[in-house]
Amino acid sequence: MIAPGTQKAAARVEAARLLDAFAAAGALLVEADILQSADTLLDLYGEEIRARAFTTWDPLRGEMMLRPDFTVPVVQAHMADGAEPARYTYAGEVFRRQEVDPERAAEYLQVGFEIFDGSDPAASDAEVFALFAELLAPLGLRAATGDIGLLAAVVGGLRTTKRRRAALLRHIWRPRRFRALLDRFAGRAPPVSGRAALLAVADPFEKAGPEVGLRDRAEIEGRLAVLREDAAQPPIGAGEVALLDDILHLREAAPAALGHLRDLQVDAPALAPAVDRFEARLAALQARGVDVETLDVEASYGRTSLEYYDGFVFGFYAEARPDLPPVATGGRYDALTRALGGGRGIPAVGGVIRPGLVLEVRR
Amino acid sequence: MTLKLAVPSKGRLMEKTFAWFGERGIRMERTGSEREYAAAVEGAPVEMVLLSAGEIPRELAAGRVHLGVTGSDMVRERLPAWEGRVTEIERLGFGHADLVIAVPRFWVDVETLDDLDAAAWDFRRRHGHRLRIATKYHRLVREFLKESGVADYRLVDSQGATEGTVKAMTAEAIADITSTGETLRANHLKVLRDGVVHRSQATLFRSLNADWDDAAREALHRLEARIGTRR
Repeated sequence: MIAPGTQKAAARVEAARLLDAFAAAGALLVEADILQSADTLLDLYGEEIRARAFTTWDPLRGEMMLRPDFTVPVVQAHMADGAEPARYTYAGEVFRRQEVDPERAAEYLQVGFEIFDGSDPAASDAEVFALFAELLAPLGLRAATGDIGLLAAVVGGLRTTKRRRAALLRHIWRPRRFRALLDRFAGRAPPVSGRAALLAVADPFEKAGPEVGLRDRAEIEGRLAVLREDAAQPPIGAGEVALLDDILHLREAAPAALGHLRDLQVDAPALAPAVDRFEARLAALQARGVDVETLDVEASYGRTSLEYYDGFVFGFYAEARPDLPPVATGGRYDALTRALGGGRGIPAVGGVIRPGLVLEVRR
Repeated sequence: MTLKLAVPSKGRLMEKTFAWFGERGIRMERTGSEREYAAAVEGAPVEMVLLSAGEIPRELAAGRVHLGVTGSDMVRERLPAWEGRVTEIERLGFGHADLVIAVPRFWVDVETLDDLDAAAWDFRRRHGHRLRIATKYHRLVREFLKESGVADYRLVDSQGATEGTVKAMTAEAIADITSTGETLRANHLKVLRDGVVHRSQATLFRSLNADWDDAAREALHRLEARIGTRR
């Protein structure tokens, strides 16, 4: 029987060890407040953050959340007064509501490492991953990697309207709505009944009832115009949909994945820059001593759990302990910095390790 | 008196619960003064406690009562991972109410969740904030919209007169309980075609966390034989 609090104390010691290793890799030690603005987090992540974060309330500041992760405050601090290039490390508790699985921890330590450097994204991606792989090597974990940029590139290259492409990109992280949109744009879903009649009628508001609420007539007319325009568009071709499906299901060792992507690129030239980035990253990983021959690549990896991760993504798993969450996760989140910076983004990549899980796997 | 059964303490839900058990040979009635929350049961080895319908899920989850009658919406809203804490013994066939997502009838371009999502996208870009949906059923609505992949919305709390929030401009849409749709229509709202979050009805639940000793199990056995839910 381990004395109460001993595990946590041991995790803190492990956290300090990891923190030192990140500092030795050139990272500046930073801190973040535990109480974070709920507005900022809600604006970024939407209502779903309420299911994951503890919300509390202060009479003067209003709603606050116990930090669910360090990414947001670290990006904010960097944007406020950081100079590039920058490397940061931090360690501390994060707090997660657990609505589904009572076995999962509601508070635990995270140690993180983040790079803000736009000069060579492939090198930065590789630096983070190689550092994590080296620190975690004694645990014999399985690394999973992905690249959301590949899917985004195919969507961005679809021969259809800008609005349709934007609609699909917006839902890259919500597979079910993405699929529903794709089915509609590809002409595979039945149209909403009565929609064609509505778009054709002289006065669509004839039976609408009074105008109530903030969303006014002009907005509704605007969307009707968009719907009319969309109805006149040809469906996205079956070949392009097949290509998307191909990317979504791509799951191979890195060299085979690269070959596969180069083949797909023949029919989808828009994919080329993303495949180039993928290849450059593999080269950078190899240069850092990562065995890319056996590296697993899964194009859909991280798609549901890591909103705003828009490029390279990775996770380290204890295969003998499928009951445990990943020991470490990370990736590139340029999209998050754009959302936080009101359109002004900073290339950023990083990850976190959970020292408590490191100890559990080591035991 | 080993088996504790929680029953809603007032209103039609209480009366209909009494009637439902009455039809199955178990007489329930309130005792004492008009205002005293005390009750008696004849015909079954059960102790009845009268509680607010909204608190019954919590008491079931804590195992302080063995059985409870409340709306299935209450259990789903108030108990995360409810299936691991209570089980349904029987749906009682009354207290029907649907939790629905409704938008102004004036929104002729919005009939489905897909439309709502697209409208929310445009709305957020135009107004600089997320489309607000007023509700008191935060968890159910959030899970439903997450499952459906709707983005760019925000829930705002509304504990009453929810249908009025759109006109009051404190929300653009609502998620609320409706049985006939009368109040929705009166407030110029319509239900999305795929906007039914949950079809609720009064349900007899069994706590998985209560103390199910031999006497309690035997009492449940006899009760179930009586009400005809033993299968």
